[in-house]
Amino acid sequence: MTDTAARATSVVAPTRVRRRLRGGGPRAGTVAAFLTPFFLPFLLFYLVPVGYALWQSLRVVRRTGGQYGTSYTAFGGFEQYAQVLRNTEFWSSIGRIGLFGVVQVPVMLFVALVIALLLDTPLLKLKAFFRITAFMPYAVPGVIAAIMWSYLYSPQLSPVVDLLNGIGLKPDFLGPGAVLWSTANVSTWLWTGYNMLIMFSALQSIPQELYEAAKIDGASNWTIAWRVKVPIIAPSIVLTSVFSIIGTLQLYAEPAVLRQISSNISSTFTPNMLAYTVASGNNYQQAAAISVVIAVITFVLSFGFMRLTSKRAGL
Amino acid sequence: MSNPSVIRESRVSRTAVMALMLLLAVYFLLPVYFLVVAATKPQGDLAATNGLVFSHFNLFENLRVLFTRSDGVFGRWALNTVVYAVLGAAVGTLISALCGYALAKFPFRGREVLFSVVLGGVLVPTTALALPLFLLFSATGLVNTYFAVFLPSIVSPFGVYLARVFANASVPQELIESARLDGAGEFRTFFSVAFRLMTPALVTIFLFQFVAIWNNFFLPMVMLQKESLFPITLGLYEWNGQTARAPLLQQSVITGSLVSIVPVIIVFVLLQRFWRTGLAAGSLK
Repeated sequence: MTDTAARATSVVAPTRVRRRLRGGGPRAGTVAAFLTPFFLPFLLFYLVPVGYALWQSLRVVRRTGGQYGTSYTAFGGFEQYAQVLRNTEFWSSIGRIGLFGVVQVPVMLFVALVIALLLDTPLLKLKAFFRITAFMPYAVPGVIAAIMWSYLYSPQLSPVVDLLNGIGLKPDFLGPGAVLWSTANVSTWLWTGYNMLIMFSALQSIPQELYEAAKIDGASNWTIAWRVKVPIIAPSIVLTSVFSIIGTLQLYAEPAVLRQISSNISSTFTPNMLAYTVASGNNYQQAAAISVVIAVITFVLSFGFMRLTSKRAGL
Repeated sequence: MSNPSVIRESRVSRTAVMALMLLLAVYFLLPVYFLVVAATKPQGDLAATNGLVFSHFNLFENLRVLFTRSDGVFGRWALNTVVYAVLGAAVGTLISALCGYALAKFPFRGREVLFSVVLGGVLVPTTALALPLFLLFSATGLVNTYFAVFLPSIVSPFGVYLARVFANASVPQELIESARLDGAGEFRTFFSVAFRLMTPALVTIFLFQFVAIWNNFFLPMVMLQKESLFPITLGLYEWNGQTARAPLLQQSVITGSLVSIVPVIIVFVLLQRFWRTGLAAGSLK
């Protein structure tokens, strides 16, 4: 999610258009020499695949002469999309990820905000240690994080399960009801520190004088944190929310790893797992349509969330 | 303030804050600590002993098994990961820097249009690209080669965005003009003047792209069948899937996970300030 997450930054950021006088710049050939090393692979490995996915999603496989005839692809309009929308597995994967997002994202961002605020108060010692500790999981790829946690979930190996058994709880982290939240925990562990650091960077750029007035009025650290700091860094909070929504919809590696040890994760657990499964069955057109639908839902949710919050808070 | 109740209150809240942060620190460190402990144990002790307590120290034997298993395929995966993530991020940073610099400093027609296209690219989730890329690459015979993972990984629209922001902020136009007056060509100017001024920014771009590639599991998974081409993540994933049939693999999955994350964690902690520059630039500009 990093990349997508980090990428979303630019959505919020207004581009600074600086008009300059024409002329005086290098020759067109030189400009092209600077641009081509990026734009050529960008064209080939970004724009062409996007176009290809859109085109594929409008095609269908037909057969000549019944079940045993040769197959060929033809233009099918929105047939693939209609199939996606009729697919109950698609909707249950969306529902699952929706539930995941509605719970995991606010919990993670709240914890991130609390850590960022505490790191920004004089109340706390060992700040560098806590900051680094929280950020450290960001260096761990999703697959390895999920492997690590899967050992902590496994009834045979986990010291956590042993501990909880010892005090009379019988946890089943991989059970049908719990496995979604076990996945959510891996995401939370991975991304809390990253989100915290974005909020913390924003807090650090607030000039100290802003707090002086509040302090003179006798406001406590608590009041300053929630009434002064949080509203100021609201844009960063919106930003991290958008990252997280995007990341949630792309979820793949973590549930795929947990699937190796839990039968309660199906091959269509998340929308991306569904797309992969459908593609593995050689139904590329349907997989392309699923990918496009996921991308569209991502755009709509991200922009919707930004519009909603900016209206409400007047950002 | 000398009001005693205020002082007591602040002592109580200091303690509460410290307790909360320690609890969170335990949460963040627990899986890594577990991994360190588990990596030092013989396979037999994994299930038989408490996972949080060291038992027989067997780390070196575990490492030997890890690096010799299947003709040393793990070392190969590590090397592949360096090629994909380190080399890929380095090439990616260079082309992003050239492009971002040109978009920031050269006046030319269509500049804003090109930049908008790049920003659009920022929004495309990489997982959405993997499947169509697979189809395109299988048509051209690129599937199951280094290029299948390497080439798409060097493209980072976000890197171009950051490079443009940083070039605007850190390379004064006057310096470029004076280098031009001295007769330096545009590339010479870029590499001798701009590159140096942009170095901290380029480290940030490199780090972001490194993480993106290091984390991108979907692309290699879709593209590669040949084990010898896998990055570490895909290799460990495959091994992890076989532990039900070959339980002894478990220890290698654990040791392999530890070996692959420790160097990255160290580098990240050492380069912390670059993250903060990047995150601040990304979110505030």
